[in-house]
Amino acid sequence: MIGRSITRLEGHAKVTGKARYAADNNLARVLHAVLVGAPIANGRVLSIDTEAAQRVRGVVRVLTHSDMPRFGAVSFPSAILKLPMQDDVIRHEGTPVAIVLAESLESAEEGAGAVVVRARSESPLVPRDSAGETPVRMGFGEDLNRGDVPGALQRAAHRVEQRFIQPARHHNPMEPSATVAEWFGDTLFLYDSVQAGFNLPPVMAAVFGIDAKNVRVIAPHTGGGFGCKGWVWPHEILAAAAARVAGRPVKLVLTRAQMYANVGYQPLVRQDIALGCDAEGKLAALRHDVVNTTSIVETWTEAATEISRGLYAVPALQLTQRVERVHANLPTAMRAPAEGPGSWALESAMDELALLLRMDPLDLRLANYAQTDPVHGKPWSSNKLREAYAEGARLFGWRERGQLPRHDGPWRIGFGMAACTMTTFRHPAAARVRLQDDGGAVVEAGTHDIGTGTTTILPQICADTLGIDVARVSIQHGDTTLPDAGPVYGSSATMGVGSAVMLAARDALAKVARLAREPVETLDFAAAMRRIGVAEIVGDGRFALPGNASFNADGAGTPDAMRTWGAVFLEVGVDPDLGLVRLRRAVGSYSAGRIVNPLTARSQITGGIIWEWGKATMEQSLQEPRHGRWLAKNLSNVAIPVNADIPAAITVHFVEEHDEHASPLGAKGIGELGATGVAAAVANAVFDAVGIRVRELPILPSKLIRDLSS
Amino acid sequence: MTDSLSRREFLGASGAAVGVALTPAGATAAPKGRTAERMVDVTCNVNGRPVSAHVEARTTLLDHLRERMDLTGTKKGCNEGACGACTVLVDGKRMNACLILLAQCEGRAITTVEGIAQPDGSLHPVQQAFIDHDAFQCGFCTPGQVVSAAACIAEGHATSEASVREWMSGNLCRCSAYPQITAAVLAAARRA
Ligand code: FES
Ligand code: FES
Repeated sequence: MIGRSITRLEGHAKVTGKARYAADNNLARVLHAVLVGAPIANGRVLSIDTEAAQRVRGVVRVLTHSDMPRFGAVSFPSAILKLPMQDDVIRHEGTPVAIVLAESLESAEEGAGAVVVRARSESPLVPRDSAGETPVRMGFGEDLNRGDVPGALQRAAHRVEQRFIQPARHHNPMEPSATVAEWFGDTLFLYDSVQAGFNLPPVMAAVFGIDAKNVRVIAPHTGGGFGCKGWVWPHEILAAAAARVAGRPVKLVLTRAQMYANVGYQPLVRQDIALGCDAEGKLAALRHDVVNTTSIVETWTEAATEISRGLYAVPALQLTQRVERVHANLPTAMRAPAEGPGSWALESAMDELALLLRMDPLDLRLANYAQTDPVHGKPWSSNKLREAYAEGARLFGWRERGQLPRHDGPWRIGFGMAACTMTTFRHPAAARVRLQDDGGAVVEAGTHDIGTGTTTILPQICADTLGIDVARVSIQHGDTTLPDAGPVYGSSATMGVGSAVMLAARDALAKVARLAREPVETLDFAAAMRRIGVAEIVGDGRFALPGNASFNADGAGTPDAMRTWGAVFLEVGVDPDLGLVRLRRAVGSYSAGRIVNPLTARSQITGGIIWEWGKATMEQSLQEPRHGRWLAKNLSNVAIPVNADIPAAITVHFVEEHDEHASPLGAKGIGELGATGVAAAVANAVFDAVGIRVRELPILPSKLIRDLSS
Repeated sequence: MTDSLSRREFLGASGAAVGVALTPAGATAAPKGRTAERMVDVTCNVNGRPVSAHVEARTTLLDHLRERMDLTGTKKGCNEGACGACTVLVDGKRMNACLILLAQCEGRAITTVEGIAQPDGSLHPVQQAFIDHDAFQCGFCTPGQVVSAAACIAEGHATSEASVREWMSGNLCRCSAYPQITAAVLAAARRA
């Protein structure tokens, strides 16, 4: 059963519209809430006139910071620690300053439009190319200084020193964040669009001074998250607070525009890279200095240097991470964090180095393959990158690309490749399996279906462990009354909750075997349960981390270093007159541990490749320099890939692999891996097509035309 | 908009203060008593069933379906015609329900994702093809994609990969199931 392509068990609910997402919960007596955002990026609220709003028919209440209850202090996993509507300070445009509650959505929207906010505005800080400041360290993305980097760079036979820039980008999941909150005394129910329901109880408990056990989160389906629904964002707290004040359930759905300033995004990242190698291409030194924007009072470090710790064997390393404060909302993790930006810079620079060496870029990568973890010298838990390179190159015809056509009508064709890699993040997880004496089983896990295939592969894993048909397994999920299955982010769910389900199924089988006094190897659990007269047996499974940690990156604290690997090969067309860039075909080949369901895994990787195609060629969220606002806050002016942009010819290959060091299941994560390397491969292919090296994303026609005409 | 101008106040440029911001720019002075929208009566057909509604004139088809009829399969991704998550059929034509007022639907037949399956409850070929080809991940765009795909085929646009890609581009999918969506639409078209 594991390793088989089965179609999604939640498919029927999704194609018929029966799958309920957060905003689809219509509760009796619900009030609709609409937020009013600050009109400026930096300053103070002087006054808020709610009189006109309160006169709108259907408006029940307008809340501002002066009548909002004071919240208790919050800590992680609250995304931000300085919550809005607690004072009159404005630190970014769009931060909530009022909430209109009404009997209908239409009335609430009209009311929100009638609230008049007077604010004193001061010039906002915007991106300004500063050296940045040293962030508070979080045990990830640390600076590193090893070996004589300046000396080695000086002595190098070949050297590349360049700056690579990527603009801020928003997640733009198709489902805007939504929270429906209802109180029963001191008990809070939340129907929420989340990637990690268990992140809410401790935060809500701190805010409202209640017991975390009294917070229940119900979230079976989430309409995409990509990181922006991971931690707890203020609108979730504001919805619950409004419901408490009003004494009625409240539904708060962010508008598309509000998604730009009320949840996170991937920040602007500037990277300076210096690579030096000997005459054969062996890397001698790597310097990687990263600055990313963050908000005024809170810090997000976009740890792009992580890739330089892990991908290549480099004796001398110098890595720095800095942040630049701007009057914008706080950035957050976005598919793929760290190595997403990091691979854009490092894998572009490697291509430039290969050109200097007159070496095939694939051979340059092979020459610098890291046999062990370059920083700690630990063995890899598993690493089949060389197999992934070989199979990807074969499927693409990389070595034979010299014989392929270079023109197609007006299009000039280019080929590019890059390595892909992602740190392995792990989270603990628990699950239950209930065996029934009719031969069926139920998986119980408080995980969420955000589209990654979790609710299909968990029954698959259970069925595989029990030796039964997957049709006999059902799943209960998306509810914090179920076992804490950990978050669905950081590409960690399959490892964590997948392993927990496998262990729970084994535990249940062992219990039946013990009761029936039969060896587990030959056990027919249903027959044995009927014979001993037990209708149901419950097994528990737990995936734990060293030292019972709540998070583990890169196998820290274990004898092994952990990463996932791969390579992406692309063919692009560039129209030299119009500057247009088109994807013609792509091959991605990966070493990422055991693949539970190749069908859903392929979809996830395909989605990752297309995600980065968007980053490479179209996506950017610009902060308007005078007012500090996001320049565009909608899907009409922020380009993301559409169907017409994407050819069918995307091939995904997984190397056969089983990484039992990373998880008992043998799996690792793939949710973010596909979204690494692609942007560099695109830039490399564009250079191959027209000889123009773009070092600032996105690769827009205007940038190519400028250089093509000069 | 003179009312809003008269309400605007400017502070002297004292200290670091550089100005005053107002929102919304067009807010008018509060009228006396409660403001109220005009009401309209609408009779139409939704998924084969007659519907009569007494609603505010400004009510969109999308909000009416979702908030008042509990037909929540149709999704709101942008509320301004940019994403296609709200796609429904109006007299057989695909339309963005967020851009239509219910008041415009007088006498019209509306089909949502809940009404696209066969009368006996078995799946529409497009729905089955979406499952078979793994043409979704989170599924949030899927109701709109499914309805749009059914229309795309009926329009005769599902003739080639290039044609499907073009005619399905009004439906965004951030999970980026595009290659699988294209394959599913072509497969369903072959069966239709
Ligand atoms: S919600 Fe109607 S097009 Fe986006
Ligand atoms: S399946 Fe998630 S947006 Fe299309």
